[in-house]
Amino acid sequence: MNEVVLDPTAQLNSAARSLLPRLSALEGATIGLLDINKPRGDVLLDRIEALFVERGANIKRYSKPTMTRVAPVAVLQQIATECDAVVEALAD
Amino acid sequence: MAAVDDHYVMVLKRECPTCTLIEPVVTELEEAGFSLQIWTQDDPGFPRSASQVGDDRSLEQSYRLAIETVPTLIRFRDETEVDRTVGWDRSDWLRLLELESLAGELPAFRPGCGSKSVDPGMPEKLALKFGDVTFQSRQVEIAEQEDVVEACYDRGWSDGLPLVPPTELRVMKMLAGSKRDPADIIGTVPPDLQPCTVEKAAINAVMAGCKPEYLPVVIAALEAALTDTFCMHGLLATTWFSGPMIIVNGPIAGAIGMNAGGNALGQGNRANATIGRALQLIIRNVGGGKPGGVDRSTLGNPGKYSFCFAEDEENSCWESLSVERGFAPDASTVTLFAADGVQGVVDQKSRDPESLCRSFALSLAVVGHAKLCMMSDVFLVVSPEHERVFRNANWSKAQVKACLAELMQRPGSELMPGVGGIAEGMPEFVKDMTLSKFKPDGLNIVRAGGTAGLFSAIIGGWLASGDFGSSPVTREVLA
Repeated sequence: MNEVVLDPTAQLNSAARSLLPRLSALEGATIGLLDINKPRGDVLLDRIEALFVERGANIKRYSKPTMTRVAPVAVLQQIATECDAVVEALAD
Repeated sequence: MAAVDDHYVMVLKRECPTCTLIEPVVTELEEAGFSLQIWTQDDPGFPRSASQVGDDRSLEQSYRLAIETVPTLIRFRDETEVDRTVGWDRSDWLRLLELESLAGELPAFRPGCGSKSVDPGMPEKLALKFGDVTFQSRQVEIAEQEDVVEACYDRGWSDGLPLVPPTELRVMKMLAGSKRDPADIIGTVPPDLQPCTVEKAAINAVMAGCKPEYLPVVIAALEAALTDTFCMHGLLATTWFSGPMIIVNGPIAGAIGMNAGGNALGQGNRANATIGRALQLIIRNVGGGKPGGVDRSTLGNPGKYSFCFAEDEENSCWESLSVERGFAPDASTVTLFAADGVQGVVDQKSRDPESLCRSFALSLAVVGHAKLCMMSDVFLVVSPEHERVFRNANWSKAQVKACLAELMQRPGSELMPGVGGIAEGMPEFVKDMTLSKFKPDGLNIVRAGGTAGLFSAIIGGWLASGDFGSSPVTREVLA
């Protein structure tokens, strides 16, 4: 059985972890596109980039060294400090 | 009704020498036709002489039968216990079984051993598993892949430091520290104005690292914080530095091992560190008060993690803070103050009280701003070596306060905007008045600290003091 703890809050929110707040607009926002280094990920991200740019967003591109491992901490920190949101590409 | 018509239950454990000693008794009773149920706590193959043995390695039966010693023999009639005996005392077993003789080769008496169901920590575990313990709070299930400490961070429960995960077992043990009903509502916690039950306080006290015996202090501190006089909502919301500081007086401070001596305002003592933290976690989690949310402090202060210490009453020549505030000397109390950080005062040369008071007054004058008066209240924490100066001169605390009040009078003209080339200052209408630095009763004195060091501490407070904002509040700590 999974570990159970008791909720220390006034329980005004869901017991599940809540999502981060969504962006209210794309205009002027900086969106990171993370290529996980799978074949044709670039094709997908190129198209997504074009769609974001049409809507006024700024784009920064990142990639993982290999799709087989989680992104290095340095890449995660760079995305977190530079971007308002990130899209991670799965491809093949 | 004859004894053989009754039902008997025997609880044993193999590692108990008395239990192994009485193996022949089991055989003898079975042969005599007694209705006998045996429960064994550690080895269902024991005793081998028995035709059947109940496996009580879960200790459920031992818990339900309230076994404290093995062996225990219980006599039931119509499913109701009528008698029991513990250990091996032949005369008692003969009485219970209504026999003339039993296991004649055995000694007449051997004491039993402790039941596994009362091993340290086990009664609470068994009560949680088999008892009727229930909680009002929602269960939060942590996924197998999650680290439970990280999961507590992820849910926003932490003040930045790791939390002790509030498992049901830990919360149940914490609740045992107070006689109050877990469902009792202590008060309504700002800023979300949510009711805080004793159970919610206990959950947050677990997370803060409190021991169960600290819980009554946490509850008293919360009661004090939630009074109108203390004004916790405003204190949370202010851009000023302050947060709730807790001073503990009375026998509870020693009983729970609080530090009133060296480094009393610092780290290293569990009670000091966790009681203040528990109060802050309740404000955060039950009240929803978080930095960046309703907590708008410009800089804050490190005491907002925890600011709690005890007054050194035992070695003081003065009456304690709580006695000054109208409580009996043997009462345990908490006094809450909307406190900033600590400002040191050094005076290694004064040997008479007048000189030391002048040092204090000069240092106290800068609380908030040297040109502002009648704003915050203040606590002066006098160290033993400074207190000795007053003790040697037979000065009471009231004398010290009166002397300081006199020394801290300022002509309004010196405090006007622009004076000293400083734009800050008091309003124009006080120009011709003489002002006190602090409000009447705004200066509080307690004694604490290590025996070496001619240093004392000034703890300034929220600029909005008194009826306008927050005043110190004292509450008795009740079991």
